[in-house]
This record gives sequence, structure tokens and C-alpha cells, in this order.
Amino acid sequence: MISSQSRAELTVEVTLGVENAIPIAIVPFGGPQPGENLAGIVAADLARSSHFKVLSESQMPERPSTPEQVQFALWKALGQDNLVIGQVRQGGTGRYEVQFQVFDAVRGSQLASLSLPFAAEESRKTAHRIADLIYHLLTGENGVYATRIAYVTVANGDGPIDRRYVLHVADADGFNPQDVVKSREPIMSPAWSPDGKKIAYVSFESKRSAIFIQNLANGEREKVSELPGINGAPAWSPDGRQLAMTLSKDGNPEIYVMTLSNHSLRRITDHFAIDTEPAWSRDGSQLVFTSDRGGKPQIYLVSADGGQPQRITYEGDYNAGAAFSPNGKSLAMVHGNAGDYRIALMNLASKQLRVLTKGSLDESPSFARNGSMILYASQNGGKAELTVISTDGKVRDKLRIDGGEAREPAWSP
Amino acid sequence: MKFVQTGVALLTIAILAAGCSSSGRTKTYGVDGSGMGAGGAEIGKYGYGPGRNDSAAGAGVRDGGANLGDPSGPLAKRIIYFVYDSSEVQPEYLTVINNHASFLAANKAKAIVLQGHADERGSPEYNIALGEQRAQSVAKLMKLQGVADSQMQIVSFGEEKPAVNGHGENAWQQNRRVEIIYPER
Repeated sequence: MISSQSRAELTVEVTLGVENAIPIAIVPFGGPQPGENLAGIVAADLARSSHFKVLSESQMPERPSTPEQVQFALWKALGQDNLVIGQVRQGGTGRYEVQFQVFDAVRGSQLASLSLPFAAEESRKTAHRIADLIYHLLTGENGVYATRIAYVTVANGDGPIDRRYVLHVADADGFNPQDVVKSREPIMSPAWSPDGKKIAYVSFESKRSAIFIQNLANGEREKVSELPGINGAPAWSPDGRQLAMTLSKDGNPEIYVMTLSNHSLRRITDHFAIDTEPAWSRDGSQLVFTSDRGGKPQIYLVSADGGQPQRITYEGDYNAGAAFSPNGKSLAMVHGNAGDYRIALMNLASKQLRVLTKGSLDESPSFARNGSMILYASQNGGKAELTVISTDGKVRDKLRIDGGEAREPAWSP
Repeated sequence: MKFVQTGVALLTIAILAAGCSSSGRTKTYGVDGSGMGAGGAEIGKYGYGPGRNDSAAGAGVRDGGANLGDPSGPLAKRIIYFVYDSSEVQPEYLTVINNHASFLAANKAKAIVLQGHADERGSPEYNIALGEQRAQSVAKLMKLQGVADSQMQIVSFGEEKPAVNGHGENAWQQNRRVEIIYPER
């Protein structure tokens, strides 16, 4: 029905310069490459972080693949702090092993030497793991390159209002997309379970909204809510036992929390205005949500047990779709001002809002689990696409996906 | 004739009632709404849309000249447009709502789906809520004219099913809408 030959291509765009970034060179690995250029994938991953400034291949003075071949003076002269080299060996049919070294190029000392066995079809995954190891070694934080993303593509079918909606899961760089569910009716709001094994989403496949939870490994799914009106905006509690959601069964959209073991509902909000888009605090004790009870959509904070919500955004005409940063200190949100909708980051302690993006139709922000980047939906030349931006706003990376408009991204834990 | 007058009187009450119930909310349409004007006037393309295929189902059902299958009759217009971030029915669409409400009040066996939609701007789930409020505004006005709750089903698709692909105010004003759909039996 759908030709989902979704091919992702990557263009990293350094928007503000990265003065404090670590200069690093990832030399193409030696030996037989099983279809994929491992070092190229590692370089593209690290370039997406504002922590690194990756040397382009054309500027490399030599191509060493073993430690004894390295002439550190050449790399030092180019201002490279770190150097990564590697070698791939074949170890049986379809089996490989990559041995790689990370050097402090200034001191000429080896920081790490690691080897990873892998099957040919795991090449990209292996490269992402190498990028995660380098990231951790040099920044002290966990990398997110081996994580995954979920998103919805919308493609036109046979007529102007015949559309095909597909929920996909792909690698964090947009490669290896796989279909999770397809429909001629809208699919919305994918949300990863905290263990990364399931996705909750909204599907209109029965011509009205319903919330499903689908197991990614075996495709089994469960319909958890199909009440009259809106069944929307699913959000997992940090312990994975509860699902916050928006239901309008009582006449207008309110926030509810469902206990997943018995599907019992607890009502959180009670107001005639719109209340939607719940998101959990890191410790599960609080929820933020979007409400227009003050006349325009703004972000409110409420206890996960209910009670009186407290408004927390005041800047701009429109603040919606908030997400807690993994450290719980800030909120990403859609910030509308003077006709532009952009992703903004608000520090919860100071209430200071910083606009990160420059688009006019940016939406659906989702944090990487280490908090270093935000994935969001944007428009470019009339086409919906996914973009990754570093949380400091310095590096932006467009992730183009063929075969339809890509929307509503969610980054896996 | 008398019937039409009653309809208008009821609509006036309906507007007042709608105004009262939302008095706690002050909406401003600063971003784009103020300059939009009568969106329907520029658009006016009601022939396109889900209602069209269903017209045969209603052929022959008459109510004071209203015929579901008549492409130039009072029931031919089935889309109500809205201004940005608002679920308030604009006065120029009261006739459209009035015509369908009169028909439904006189034909209790007929039922409709009120499909709410929003333009693409802003957060998708907020737009689902906005689309539902728009459909509810239309349902409230119809109910006040004697249409039973059981005759109206509300579904909001938010920004997920634009009538017009594309970006910019021209597309947006055609996408902020409620469609009155007579499902085929």
C-alpha cells in the first residue's frame, strides 16, 4: 500500500559557531568496511553535538589506522585536541570486529583502546555505540547516538484529502526507519515507555480518537482508551505504571492519569477551558500541561495528585506542548510570539525563557535522554521535517525523511 | 415564514447564551485573527469536501424547501470557518448553522457528525482540543434550536486533516473549520 522506502539524509548545520567545542578528528577506519563507513557515521554523530568540532576528511594530513602510524605533530599543528583511528577486521561470514583508539593529540597519549565485534547488519548501530563511547570518554556524560526516535509521516494518497499516516521508529540519526503502524486516518502523539520497549500513541483508525499501547518487539497492542470525545496526549509516568492523558468524556478536555494495571482513571484538572498535553516531572510528583483558562494557551504546573494548578509561563501569546528536561530543571515548549512558533527553553527556577529555534512553525519538542539535544518538528520550504538542536542552541541538524512529511517526533529513553 | 423567524430568534438567544457561558475567558486574536475578516467570503468553495458524496443519501428529504441533495439549496453549505485560536462562531455562519439545525429538528431520524479542525500552527494536541471546542460551539447553537444531542456526534481532527495543503494565511483560514457531515447509511 505504501512504499515506505524512507531514506534519511543528514546535513549538519552549525548555526552559531562552537568556540568551546573540542576539536576532534575521526580518521576513516582501515580494513574491510561492511557496506557502511563507520568513521563517517561516528563523525556525523559527534558533529551534531555542540561539544565537538569535527575535522572534515578533506583537511586530514594523514590516514593512520594503527597507533604506530600516527604522527601526532601533524594533528597538533592542525589544532586537534583529540584523534580517533580504527581498523575493521573480518571474523567469519558476515562477522566483523572494529578496534579503535582515542588519543589526546596534544600530549600524544592514548586515552582508550576498545574493540567491538558486530554483524554486518549492525554496522550503523556499532558506529553509534562508538560515538557514545567517545562522547562519554571526553565529556563525562552518556551519549544518545544509539537511541531511537519515533515520528509520524504523512503522505498524500490517491486524492487531495486521501492521506497515509505511518508511525515509524528509526535510529537517532533517522536511518533504518521501521513501520510501527499505518493508517488512512491520523496517528498522533507517540510516547515511549520509560524502558523503551513500548510506544503509546493516538490513532483515529476507527474514525475517532483512541489511545493504544504497542509492544515494539512483537507488534502486540492494547487499546487503553476510547471514550467519547478526545482521547489524546498520552504521557508515561517515570515508573511506567501510569499514563497521563487528555479526555473530554465529561464535555471538555481535562487531564487524567490512568493506572495501567487496571485502567482506572484519576482526574487531575477540572476547568471549562482547554486542559491538555500533560508531561511528568522527573520524580513523577508533578505534571505540567497546556491550558487556555487564562484566555490564551499557557503552561501550568499541578501535583500528580490533583489540586490547584499554578501558571508558570507569562511570556508571549502562546506557550504549549511542554516537556521536562531530563534533569528536571527546565521545560522545552512551543513558544508563539508575533506569529512565529518556535521551541523555547524555560529555566524553572528563574522562569527565564530562551528561544532556541528560528523557524516559524516549530513544534513537538522532545529531549534526548542526556538533555544535550532537543528533537522537534519544523517546516522548511513548505515541507515538514525533523530537526535536532543542541540545548545551547548552537548546533542544528536537519533530518530529512523521504516519503512524506515527518511530524510529531519523540526521542526514546 | 413563521418558522424562519422563530429560528432567528432562537439563534439570538443562543449567541447570548454562548457569550455567558464563556464570560470567564477573554480571547484576543492578536496574532492573525484581527486582520482576517470574513474568511468565508473569500473562500466560498463549499462544493469540495466530505459532504458532497453523501448528498444522494438525503435526496428526497424535504423540509420547507431544504433538500440535502440540492447543490444550491440551503443545506449545501456545510463548512463553518473560524478565526485564529477561537471557537466563537462568526455571525456570517449563523445562517448555515440555522439551516442545518432547522432541517435536523424537523428530521429527527437524521444525524450529523460535526468534525472540528484547526490550522497547522502551534501544538498538535492543543489543536485537537481547539477543534473540539469549535465543533461544540456549533453543536450548542444547534441544540438550542431543537437538535437532539443524539443527532450530533463530535470528532476533532485538530491540524491532522487540513482541507488545503500548504502554509500561510490563505491555507490556514480554510483549515480552521467545522464540517457538518451527513454520514451515508
